[in-house]
Order: sequence, then structure tokens, then C-alpha cells
Amino acid sequence: MALKASELKVGDVYEEQVATNLSRTQIVQYAGASGDYMPLHSDEVYAREIAGYPGVFAHGMLSMGATGVMLTNWVGDGRLTKYSARFTRQVWPGDDLIAKATVTEIHEEDGHQVAELDVVTVNQDDQPVINGKATARLDA
Amino acid sequence: MAEFTFPVDGSQIMLFARSVGDANPIYYDEEYAKTTEPGGVIAPPTFVQASSQYDPKFPLRPRIGEPWFGSGKEATGIKPKEKSAGDGEKKSGGDNARMLHAEQQYVYHKPIRPGDKLTVTTKKGNTWEKEGRRGGTMTFSEVVTEYRDESGDLVVTATSVGVTTGKAVSQD
Repeated sequence: MALKASELKVGDVYEEQVATNLSRTQIVQYAGASGDYMPLHSDEVYAREIAGYPGVFAHGMLSMGATGVMLTNWVGDGRLTKYSARFTRQVWPGDDLIAKATVTEIHEEDGHQVAELDVVTVNQDDQPVINGKATARLDA
Repeated sequence: MAEFTFPVDGSQIMLFARSVGDANPIYYDEEYAKTTEPGGVIAPPTFVQASSQYDPKFPLRPRIGEPWFGSGKEATGIKPKEKSAGDGEKKSGGDNARMLHAEQQYVYHKPIRPGDKLTVTTKKGNTWEKEGRRGGTMTFSEVVTEYRDESGDLVVTATSVGVTTGKAVSQD
């Protein structure tokens, strides 16, 4: 289901929890599916002893992918025209992720109504892990 | 500029959707997908990342028969390079360990569907430096990737910003 421009207004918010107690296994799953086998994300020994991190952490792109679940659940399938994210903080095993989109503008683009969205994903301590933006095509 | 082909198949879309925690059946159930606006299975928004599986030069994939910088008997499978003055006991694998993804942008032109054969071209964008609070001197570099279908139409444009940090990013 797509959103309707007539029923949407600036300031509208949609929020969804997109990860709960994030597991090392899901990080490995993402490594396999994406092909990004960077050992920082799946190899505890390497992450600690070579890279100097407390342990493995999630791919930024796993958080962006999980945040995308919230976006497509809200704006509908195939409705995103743009999506960008800055990775502001690492995501660790055990983290919860809550993704939120806020409408900042509704306007016409290439003959369609579109919504500009501010996107932020926070962890269980309310610290932002992703700051992003998205644009979605709306129904009239 | 590098170029390779990314054949999109349904199983890869399903596995990718699972890995980001997306239960939407449009990513694996053809019967359901027929009832949706796109009218068939499509790929989730960040799916083009999976093209790295087909990138012959992708550095973050172990190569058969070659040493890998992750751990095995030792914490890294790459032998330490010669020490140079001021390096202390710099361990190899360290350069890769300082490499992180800072930002990712996508522009979507068409949905990606199973059976698509995408031509992937990458070119380097800008490079810049910044003094960071948590990671020392940070060097940013941009890579722009275009995904085109067999008619030559743009499907997705992706811009990735990578950062090499001076030290491990502190957690405070």
C-alpha cells in the first residue's frame, strides 16, 4: 500500500523496531548475503587483536538495510526514489534498533507527488546509529 | 573505471532480505508478489550491495588459495610487513582494519527483479581529509557505482563514502 499525498502532512512520523538483541549470527548472515566478509564483523579474534575493537560489530549496511525495512513497510513496495544514510555510531551484538522516518516536505517531482523524509535509527540507549534521508513517490 | 556483470537471482534476493530482517513476502513469494503494485518479486532497497559477490576485484572476500587477513592459526593470516621507523610493531591487516563505511546514497530509477542482468560500472569520486574527535585523522573517499539493465537504462546509482581512520574509533 502506498501513501497518499492527500492524507500525509509535514511532521508525520512512522517508527518501527527493526532489530531486537541483534545476534552475531545475523551479522554473519548479512556477511554471506552481501558478500562483505570484512573480518571486523565476523571474526572476534581479528576485531580485538588486530583492529583494537572490543569485539565484532555490525556492517553499517546491515543497519541501513534494517532501516530500509521500516521505510518500505511505510511508503510501500518500489516507492523509494532516493535513500541515503550516514553511519554515526557502531552497532554491536545485543543492540536493539529503532528506525524512524519524519515527513519534512511534500512536493511534486517528475509529475508525481513525493515526500521527503528524515530518517534516524537509534539504539536501545537512544543514540543515533544512522542519520539519513529518503524520498518516496506518493499516490495523489 | 571498472566494469562487471551482476546476474540477479531470486534466491539471492530472498537471502539478502532475510539477512536484514525483512519478512516482506514480496522478496520471495511470487504468487503474493503478483498481487502487489510492482507485480512481481523485487529486490529490497540496499540489495545492490550483493553485487560485490560478482566483483572480481572485491577486496573483502577470501580468494581460494590465497592468504586471508582474518584470523586462523594467528589473529591475522597475513604476515607482518617489514617494520619501518616509527611504526612500532605495526601488525599487518591493520590498514584494512582502519577502513570503515561512512555514508551510502542510492538513487532508484527502476525496481530490480530476478533475471535482471545488471552491468555494474564504478568510478572514483572525491577524496578529502578531516580531523576526527573519535578516530584521529580521517581520509574520506567516494566511489560512484552505476547499475544498468540490458537495455542500458539506469536501474540504481549508488554512491559510497569510505573512511580510513587514524586509529580504532573510540566508543565514547
